[in-house]
Amino acid sequence: MEHIAIIGNGISGVTLARHIRKNSDKKITIISGETEYFFSRTALMYIYMGHMKFEHTQPYENWFWEKNRIELKQGFVKQVDTDTKTLHFAEGDTLQYDKLVIATGSKPNKFGWPGQDLEGVMGMYHKQDLENLEKYAPNKDVCKRAVIVGGGLIGIEMAEMLNSRGIPVTFLVREDSFWNGVLPSGESEMINRHIKNHHIDLRLSTNLKEIVSDADGKVKSIIIEETGEEIPCNVVGLTAGVAPNIDFLRESDIEIGRGVKVNRFLETNLPDIYAIGDCAEQHEAIGNRRPIEAVWYTGRMMGEVLAQTICGNKMEYKPGHWFNSAKFLDIEYQTYGWVFSDRNKSEFEAHFHWKHTDDTKCITVAYHKDTNTFLGINTFGIRMRHEVFDRWLTENRDVDYVMNHLAEANFDPEFYSKFETEILNAYTNQLQTI
Amino acid sequence: MSNKINHSMSLAQPDALNITNTQKIALAIGVVGLFILALALFNTNFPNKGLFLTLSLGAIFGGVILYSRSAYLTKLEGIKNDGVWFKSISSRGVLGWMLGVLLTTFYIVLYFFPTYLGLGTNGEANSGLIGFFDPLSQLLSGRDASQWFVYGVLYTVAILAFGYKFLLKYRHNRYQQLRTGSVMFFQLGFAFLIPEFMYVMNNDLPYYDLKSIWPLNYYIFDEWSVKGFLSTGNIGIALLLFGLLSIFVITPILTYKYGKRWYCSWVCGCGGLAETAGDSFRQLSSKKMYAWKIERWLIHTVLVFSIVMTVAMVYSYLGYEKNDFWLTRGVFISLVIGLLTVVFAAVMYFKRQELGKDAKMGAIGYAVVIALLLIMHYTGTTDHLFYIKAGALRSAYGLYIGSIFSGVIGTGFYPILGNRSWCRFGCPMAAILGFQQRLFSKFRITTNGGQCISCGNCSNSCEMGIDVRAYAQKGENIVRSSCVGCGICSAVCPRGVLKLENDSMKGRINPTEVLLGNDVDLMDLLNNK
Ligand SMILES: Cc1cc2nc3c(=O)[nH]c(=O)nc-3n(C[C@H](O)[C@H](O)[C@H](O)COP(=O)(O)OP(=O)(O)OC[C@H]3O[C@@H](n4cnc5c(N)ncnc54)[C@H](O)[C@@H]3O)c2cc1C
Ligand code: SF4
Ligand code: SF4
Repeated sequence: MEHIAIIGNGISGVTLARHIRKNSDKKITIISGETEYFFSRTALMYIYMGHMKFEHTQPYENWFWEKNRIELKQGFVKQVDTDTKTLHFAEGDTLQYDKLVIATGSKPNKFGWPGQDLEGVMGMYHKQDLENLEKYAPNKDVCKRAVIVGGGLIGIEMAEMLNSRGIPVTFLVREDSFWNGVLPSGESEMINRHIKNHHIDLRLSTNLKEIVSDADGKVKSIIIEETGEEIPCNVVGLTAGVAPNIDFLRESDIEIGRGVKVNRFLETNLPDIYAIGDCAEQHEAIGNRRPIEAVWYTGRMMGEVLAQTICGNKMEYKPGHWFNSAKFLDIEYQTYGWVFSDRNKSEFEAHFHWKHTDDTKCITVAYHKDTNTFLGINTFGIRMRHEVFDRWLTENRDVDYVMNHLAEANFDPEFYSKFETEILNAYTNQLQTI
Repeated sequence: MSNKINHSMSLAQPDALNITNTQKIALAIGVVGLFILALALFNTNFPNKGLFLTLSLGAIFGGVILYSRSAYLTKLEGIKNDGVWFKSISSRGVLGWMLGVLLTTFYIVLYFFPTYLGLGTNGEANSGLIGFFDPLSQLLSGRDASQWFVYGVLYTVAILAFGYKFLLKYRHNRYQQLRTGSVMFFQLGFAFLIPEFMYVMNNDLPYYDLKSIWPLNYYIFDEWSVKGFLSTGNIGIALLLFGLLSIFVITPILTYKYGKRWYCSWVCGCGGLAETAGDSFRQLSSKKMYAWKIERWLIHTVLVFSIVMTVAMVYSYLGYEKNDFWLTRGVFISLVIGLLTVVFAAVMYFKRQELGKDAKMGAIGYAVVIALLLIMHYTGTTDHLFYIKAGALRSAYGLYIGSIFSGVIGTGFYPILGNRSWCRFGCPMAAILGFQQRLFSKFRITTNGGQCISCGNCSNSCEMGIDVRAYAQKGENIVRSSCVGCGICSAVCPRGVLKLENDSMKGRINPTEVLLGNDVDLMDLLNNK
């Protein structure tokens, strides 16, 4: 029986294993150094906030794996010997494979800041990071203030986490508005205000210079690059993005760049070795996507596709229309298609922006200035139907059509106030003024 | 893992540490209200009962209101679940267990030893807690209180006060607001005030909470009840007809259009209490597969029991030589068997495919019921059915299901098993509505394409123990007989994945292999095969 070894029990590795099992009888082993069972990384914050316990973040009950004959091995792969098809574990043992899939995810970026390895400094990616946070920031008496460095999705989640325990948070963001490398300015500015409404000390255009240690090697304070201001704190969260977690492959013959280099079939340079999820890097970007896409959905889709290839139905990775979602404190965000930030958008991309007077809901619709083709939508505080936008994008609808049919795409709970008329009015008015 | 999992078991770390001063004052006020009740229970002679009763209930209301305002209005609108798994009371910690024991004791005393609460027997006046409520009962219906009146008042107070708390907690969510307003209205009006007024109008009418439908209202077809209706002229007959209509006409129509939620989380009193006072315990329901298995066995057994019991009850009083009703035993039993057969045949004909393996269980259930009814018909005598005294069956049902299951376990165990254990494991009404919801209803929870991140918030907060995530992460709609449509899964989902809606029956159940967002060819290949 062919033995498929998968390094990484995240969404990509697990999806792959499930689909291989559906289609075949192969022997499957999933390896992870982090936890015994698959858990949802995206739910880490809810454990700290007390919404859930760790066990609730596990999407499958523990009997699931044995029932589906998926073997789980807890251990850290230190080295891959591709000639003898052997994995060497840090614990000293080895494992033979016939096919190897690398699905090792990411690790938090550290940019060489002085003091970045002090006690009380942590990223927020692995379960161990959460345990660290629980240790250094159990409550507001032990942790008098926390500083978060890096204004992305994980940064704002970490701010929300600490906030839930009443720990004062200073949030350092390099950009002049929150996440405005991705969000258009109207949205980004709305989120700035929302963050401040939660009494989080948001510092825009602010960089970290260094982290200062106390006598015991613990964090004492941080110093800001621009002003030299020293902010006393007990915890520093480093959330300035993530990078593929592939250091253990550097000695091997597998080709790596920032991530593990793969072609459209998710194959590496060596036969029988594949990479999926956060750690895979496409030779060439697909459409507007980045070569490395560190999102949940990409990992899952790659798992779904690669299972076909491994089970004999060779299939290219051809993701459909882009979509994503997040939540900024109390405001939900969804996106379908492409809406670029002011900084990154091309000259043909025009935007229509509407914001509710309560300052917690807004949408931005991107369209082609010349052809009027609908390109994408960002929505805040209003839920939309994935299926409808996916269809409209496939059908190449123009922006007028989308604006006039927005109600069809509404996915808010029943009895919610509807804003389509107001949005449409704003849209038509705007056209008249141009 | 260090996530405070043990903290809730430690008395040295009471929750009170984390609450604000206003909240402490609010708690104190509420406790004073309860304390007055406790004093009454121990026969303190209050000079002016009416005043003290008002004070006590007012303090309970005031405490809850003040507490909720301080907990929610001081924060921005949004999901307020911080710390539910840390707090002792809501995570099966010491406080949770203590509350569970307290509630359970209360129910046992209420059902089996009402004299301890001060119920006057043999024409004596009430004393203690029940006597304390006499003034209110006199005011409403001109008679002294009973243990059921006291229970009714406390029940209504709980739904109204905690309903208010719930309204503030979900003040951003119109669906939650409306359905909570609805259960508060039905409890106050239909369960509490209207029956009292009906009694004032005509004191021969049996107690009838119009919204309580058979088989939840298992005594509606009891002899005393039916006689009561028939002996009170047109109103009585109208009420009895309404009772029959609500089972055979109103319920199926509404459930077809809206799912069982129209009843379970908009109207029902048991649901009302669970959704308001029980809201803090919803996360405690087990989502494990084995819990689901137990659920299916238990709830359907209760359903069979309740059908057979009701039929047997009616059957027994139809058996008198000269009965006051136009039905004879033979006609009645044939009618029942005929109806069950029609329902069974229709389900098998239209839904055989969907039922899959469950069809066999359904067939067995049907056969058991019919067999029991036939055995009863051919072995029953005037006062013995199934070789036991006719009334014994009904008493057993009332005791084990009506009292112990729905009250003692269903509510007493809120802090241990979650707030809907009765609705989930025991309620025969929920079983019937659920059966229809699963097969003939427009209701479903739609899953939003590929947006799920498997975080588990939905499953965690499902009071019915449905593993919502298991469906959502497969891109599959949730069509489950137990779903009461509370909408909390949808509310707490951080990615906007779930929507409760009524739409056409077609494509309602939509298993998918590959989720929306991936390669269209792959989706075609796997999802349409
Ligand atoms: C806090 C947080 C919130 C997020 N929220 C969202 C969101 O809302 N939406 C979204 O789309 N994405 C989100 N993401 C990103 C998303 O979680 C990741 O894209 C996804 O989990 C990546 O899955 P993966 O399977 O590629 O890798 P991972 O989930 O990282 O799994 C890889 C596993 O492999 C293990 N491993 C690595 N190296 C080795 C080795 N040498 N030996 C043994 N085991 C090894 C790791 O320990 C890990 O357990 C979030 C991430 C975080 C941290
Ligand atoms: S599935 Fe959702 S709506 Fe249904 S009972 Fe559970 S939480 Fe409520
Ligand atoms: S809460 Fe939403 S995102 Fe989380 S598992 Fe449930 S459906 Fe998925």
